[in-house]
Amino acid sequence: MYDFLKNLDRRWIFLLMFLSVSIPIIIIGITGQSFPEKPTALSITTFEIIENLKEGDKVLLSFDFDPASEGELGPMATAFTYHCAAKKLKMYFMALWPVGPQMVDNAIENVIKKDFPHLVYGEDYVNLGFKSGGEGVIKVIVTDFMELYSTDARGTPFKSIPMNKEISSVQDMDLVINISAGSAGTKEWVQYAVTPYPDEITLIAGCTGVQAPLLYPYIPEQLPGLLGAIKGAAEYEKLVFDRYYRDEGLEVPGRYQEGVRRMGPQLVAHLLMILLIIAGNYIFFAEKKRGIP
Amino acid sequence: MKRTVPLLITAFGGFVLIISYFIPATQGWGETVAIWFDVLASIAFILGGANLLKIHLKKVSDWQSGWGFSAVTISAFIITLYVGLTKMGVNPSTNYPDYVWSGSYREMGAPFWWLYEYAFKPLTATMFAMLAFYVASAAFRAFRAKNTEAILLLGTAFIILLGRTFAGVFLTSWLPESLSGLRIENLTVTIMQVFNTAGNRAIMIGIALGIASTSLKVLLGVDRSYLGGGED
Repeated sequence: MYDFLKNLDRRWIFLLMFLSVSIPIIIIGITGQSFPEKPTALSITTFEIIENLKEGDKVLLSFDFDPASEGELGPMATAFTYHCAAKKLKMYFMALWPVGPQMVDNAIENVIKKDFPHLVYGEDYVNLGFKSGGEGVIKVIVTDFMELYSTDARGTPFKSIPMNKEISSVQDMDLVINISAGSAGTKEWVQYAVTPYPDEITLIAGCTGVQAPLLYPYIPEQLPGLLGAIKGAAEYEKLVFDRYYRDEGLEVPGRYQEGVRRMGPQLVAHLLMILLIIAGNYIFFAEKKRGIP
Repeated sequence: MKRTVPLLITAFGGFVLIISYFIPATQGWGETVAIWFDVLASIAFILGGANLLKIHLKKVSDWQSGWGFSAVTISAFIITLYVGLTKMGVNPSTNYPDYVWSGSYREMGAPFWWLYEYAFKPLTATMFAMLAFYVASAAFRAFRAKNTEAILLLGTAFIILLGRTFAGVFLTSWLPESLSGLRIENLTVTIMQVFNTAGNRAIMIGIALGIASTSLKVLLGVDRSYLGGGED
């Protein structure tokens, strides 16, 4: 056993990881079934913050991620957009990452245009697009949008868009939702928007797994709601689509179960990781016993 | 001059931002400086592009090892830049139909959209996904219970790995309600909200103090390392 593990080619490990991710994807794809989700308190709080908003309230959605982390953050972007649209909130999309506008386009195409075709661009939702500068952008728009956003992403003058007439800065938003894969992202929104204006700005966020531990110190004062990685997305999906589909006796479309479905490959991959760590430590202790340095 | 002017700009911008934070009447000054920062950030894209070209063109012209990759990088950069800047294949915006370049560079079906959808998106997603393979290999080869700290780290890793999946619920759901705090999914929450938060807050406070002192050194011109080498 020792010799087998000691001389194990790492390509076998790569193959095991490939199979542990791909087989659950195929099985879940065929059966349409995944593991049940039990939402944690943080996901419930995130859900309730949006749920407690009133029709017509203004929400700024900053999509600060790119295709590299879309697998992790895409499902929560979809669920956030659906939740806001279902609650009839006014959605202001923006991005601090260069390819963020494409992430916004995905959400608009896959959620608003498919399930809420009656929503009108400029009256119910608007895409403000990307601006360079990261935290510098937050610092400016937190007091005045017009300083940086003279037009929306389509080139329409900012103030000629009907729903923009109601806002002049981020402080006019009833909620800020940030989906973040790094810097600039949630940390910068906390530091440059929420911290100087704690009474005016409420922020909730969804982030990657590696970011989540770094954002916990801001909970609950500066960041009352946080969805961490695909697990957070799956929990939030369950809450949103239980409320808007299952409770109404409707079947949830596959595109709204991406987070829950991805928990299957995550489970098997995590179990493989644990087995690999145990196997690695077996070699370590076997070598120690044999006096091998 | 080459060093004095940047030093003065840095000191001026930094102190204006500090003053505007503490004195509400000067908030507008801070906003102006922040806008300068955003303008500079936009110009940094041009500098970044020029730097990328400079490094890779040198590699290609010197026939250094891996010059082929540099050639691919340069080609991809120039093609994407050209397609994006010229808005190749993009229809004019419905708001301004008389202006050829008024359409969105991201228009579905346009060459830039095609490059994004079928080249950039799968390539970046693949790069990120490959992490899973390397993490698995590293877990097998490097994660050893060598001492008490490593054992604690391993134990925490097992709890978090299980607690972030249905396995955590499945393995300990038999525990009675009075012991629900010991269920793996609840232990995960406790680790994240108590131990992780406490540790991270301590680290963050330390980093913040370090940043404050380093920033002061930069603003006062004591630390000039960010200006690089060279004479005045």
